Amino acid sequence: MSSVIPTAAKRTVRLCVQQSTHRPLVRTAGRLAATAAPQCSSRRHYVSETKRDQATVNVETAIKADQKAFLQDTGKKPGDVQLPTTGMSGDVALNPSAGILKQATIMDEGTRPIYLDMQATTPTDPRVLDAMLPFLTGLYGNPHSRTHAYGWESDKAVEQARAHVAALIGADPKEIIFTSGATESNNMSIKGVARFFGKSGKKKHIITCQTEHKCVLDSCRHLQDEGFEVTYLPVKSNGLIDLKEFEEAIRPDTALASIMTVNNEIGVVQPMEEIGRICRSKKIFFHTDAAQGVGKIPIDVNKMNIDLMSISGHKIYAPKGVGACYVRRRPRVRLDPIISGGGQERGLRSGTLAPHLVVAFGEAARLAKQEMPYDSKRITALSERLLNGLLSLEHTTQNGDPARHYPGCVNVSFAYVEGESLLMALKDIALSSGSACTSASLEPSYVLRALGNSDESAHSSIRFGIGRFTTEAEIDYVLKAVRERVTFLRELSPLWELVQEGVDLNTIEWSQH
Amino acid sequence: MSLTAFQNPTAYEVRSLYRSLLRQSRQFAAYNFREYARRRTRDAFREHRTETEERRVQELMQRGLQELQMMRRQTVVSQFFQLDKLVVEGGKTGMQSGSQGDIVRQKDQGWD
Repeated sequence: MSSVIPTAAKRTVRLCVQQSTHRPLVRTAGRLAATAAPQCSSRRHYVSETKRDQATVNVETAIKADQKAFLQDTGKKPGDVQLPTTGMSGDVALNPSAGILKQATIMDEGTRPIYLDMQATTPTDPRVLDAMLPFLTGLYGNPHSRTHAYGWESDKAVEQARAHVAALIGADPKEIIFTSGATESNNMSIKGVARFFGKSGKKKHIITCQTEHKCVLDSCRHLQDEGFEVTYLPVKSNGLIDLKEFEEAIRPDTALASIMTVNNEIGVVQPMEEIGRICRSKKIFFHTDAAQGVGKIPIDVNKMNIDLMSISGHKIYAPKGVGACYVRRRPRVRLDPIISGGGQERGLRSGTLAPHLVVAFGEAARLAKQEMPYDSKRITALSERLLNGLLSLEHTTQNGDPARHYPGCVNVSFAYVEGESLLMALKDIALSSGSACTSASLEPSYVLRALGNSDESAHSSIRFGIGRFTTEAEIDYVLKAVRERVTFLRELSPLWELVQEGVDLNTIEWSQH
Repeated sequence: MSLTAFQNPTAYEVRSLYRSLLRQSRQFAAYNFREYARRRTRDAFREHRTETEERRVQELMQRGLQELQMMRRQTVVSQFFQLDKLVVEGGKTGMQSGSQGDIVRQKDQGWD
């Protein structure tokens, strides 16, 4: 058999060759009947032949060519480029008046603001995007489908992501419940535990703190309507809670205590281990909102005796829309689920998981664990640079405890400057005066007021968030910009004039209107 | 210093990987990612420059190659979705500083 095929192939090739050599002969003979018989059998072709190979586009070379063309076009100054139709300089396209005035306009830098609001959200890491892209394109199986390979591969990736998230906080993978974000996790934990243990009517008390995130405070407010009692613990002027006061607030009917790990506005780190120990000894459940802490400071749920923990994906360089809730299994924490349905995620959070988001979250958690020493070293250095620069200005104070503090969140009050007007003046820097949820209102931050700051001080504070992708150049730019504009705004202020003259503002009696 | 020694057969490969990582990192369109990729590559190679164990070097090389593959894909994605440049890019203040009269900004940030 093996010898048959080559001979058959040879024969067909020979046939083809004969045909192809004969055909032009026949054609020319037909067309040029009057002329002499054609002597040369091979004609010269001036047009390249149509072949299948020449019609296909090689994707890789096309991308390479595209990239090359792109790179050649970067870095060109508009003044050096001629517009194709009019032949005028590229400046005219950027700024019409430049064309009229024959004035050169060189946009030597962009107009997009620097991002320094890492407490609100973080950019998606390219490595995270790379991990999630396959799940947005080819791997679209439902992770809960157990009957086919599409489901299995998604399920495997989801379980791997779960293991990464669990490893970041020192938990068991089975204790991680994926949710849509930290807000959902907070709601689920607080309402779930309270409702489950409130059913019997014995445990009707919850302890939380005044500086908590709005979603915790609002969940507690909601439970108050359902007949629960809530203690809102005050904080000391450095933002930390008083452990003695906390211990005294615990009652025999207390079901749950919820204290956040890292504050989102002032960045203070609460003494988690001590709080956990007290909660464990008094046999109450300890929930913590660690959205700002996970992946940034080392957290171990077993060492800190945490029973429930909320984690957010988009604070650790994953996309928005994914989070997790840690629910301890031993000793078991029982919850009343908010969302009922198909019983996914141990029945605590029914609904199909989003594999691409979960995988992105898992990859972000893996990276956070891997990069934590490098990132924290760098963020600490940048934060020191920023803080030293800002505090070297007159009449500036740092909010929150300077020692027990996450360096990536720098909250500084600039006295005699309106915070909102400073934010407006710093349009080239993306900053915030407090949490993103309350940034729509002009109310001073409730967190800063809970610290005992005056309304003026709370009004004049600004939060700077430093993250993995912040550079030294950005910090220097911010320092320069803040210095210039704070001075400018203070020059406008009559209060500043009085302060310069040495008048104590508290002694002035303002006339009533 | 085994990585830089000539007798080590992989020293050339390591340097070549380092160079390709740096070359690839330049192609991120987004400023922050570009700077991070460059910085992270450099710091990772500096951190492990005294690595002597053969197995560990192989492991790190594998990781570097994976990062390179990832960067090849992500730089393309980054170039497809380009945004305006950041205010820090270019390194100038955007205000007229010299006597040349060549820098005029379209809009002044933050004063109005």
